[in-house]
Formats: sequence, structure tokens, C-alpha cells
Amino acid sequence: MNNYETVFITTPVLSNDEYTRTVKKFTELIEKAGGKVLHQEDWGIKQLAYPIQKKTTGFYTLLQFEVDTQFIRKFEVEFKRDENIMRFLTTRLDKYALAYAEQRRNKLSGKSKKAEV
Amino acid sequence: MATQDEIKFLNAPKIGSNKKKYCRFKKSGIKYIDYKDPQFLLKFVNEQGKLLPRRLTGNSLKYQRKISQAVKKARHLAILPYVTDLLK
Repeated sequence: MNNYETVFITTPVLSNDEYTRTVKKFTELIEKAGGKVLHQEDWGIKQLAYPIQKKTTGFYTLLQFEVDTQFIRKFEVEFKRDENIMRFLTTRLDKYALAYAEQRRNKLSGKSKKAEV
Repeated sequence: MATQDEIKFLNAPKIGSNKKKYCRFKKSGIKYIDYKDPQFLLKFVNEQGKLLPRRLTGNSLKYQRKISQAVKKARHLAILPYVTDLLK
């Protein structure tokens, strides 16, 4: 069971529920394979630094999850097959990266908590 | 013609003393370089979006490699451009 982090960009043409459906598809894939999604982050529509597939904006999503290693190959084939996904990048998290992600999440949730108070 | 010793500079020429370069990661103890936040990575990229060499950034070899890996991942995810002008 290794820790992984995937950032992927979906085309801005999608409607909102289509977008959530594609994201849910991948989270379910992870759960079915016995993994666990630790954290999901939507950065919303962001400007791309260079046009991808003739589009200059995209929905960014971050998925941090824990799954065993054989599943990653199938997971990435699934990304390639889905035509709504413009680009994806899966990285393995070592202990420093994991600590950083933890700290980043607290900072983010800390901010939202502060906003609520 | 003014001989060598007659030439007086307004302030001392800075040729001799150069700033002691240090690796900012070792000093501040940063262990992981995140490829997702562009503000930090922009410090290591010049105006055209190209990676700065070690002699300018003063990084140690280990962290310079981590920086270059992070910048390349950011470029793949269109967070940083491959080539541009007036990036900063």
C-alpha cells in the first residue's frame, strides 16, 4: 500500500455534474481496488500556461490516495481511455512528501476554519 | 595619462568580495519541493521559463535535481510554461 497523488486536468467544456461524475468514477475505481482516497481537492477552472488540445483553460483536480502498486497501471490506462481528461500526472509520495501534503492540508483547512469562525 | 595609483574609485570595486553562496534548502531545512505551487518554482526559472543553473541559484546538487524534477512536472501539468517571454 503506497501513497500516491494524482493531479489531472479535465476539459472546461464539461457541465458541472459531468465533471463530478468523472471525478467520482476515479474515486470509485480506487475504492474498488481496495485503496482509500485520503484527500480530494478541486482547484476549479484555471488558466493553462500553454494551450492543450486547443483549449486554454481546464478543471484541475488533485486526488491523494493509498492503494497497492499493481493497481496504478490499470488506473493510468483508465485515465488514457477517458477523453474528458486532457492531462494527468501520478506521483508517489515518500515520507517527506506525505508530511508536506499533511501540513498543506492543515494550512488549507485552517484557513477555511478561520473563515468560519 | 593618469597612472594606476592615481585612479581613485568613488566606492571600493566589488570584484574581490562575492557573497558566500549557500543552499537555501539545507539552511531552512526544506525537504520536499512541491511541483504544484508556481510562486516558489518561479524563483528558479528565468524570464524565458528556463531553469537557472546551480551557480546562480546556489543550490546544492541534490536539491537542484529535485527542483528540476519539480519544474518539469509543473510544465507537464501546464502550471509552468515550457517557453515564454516576460514570465516574471
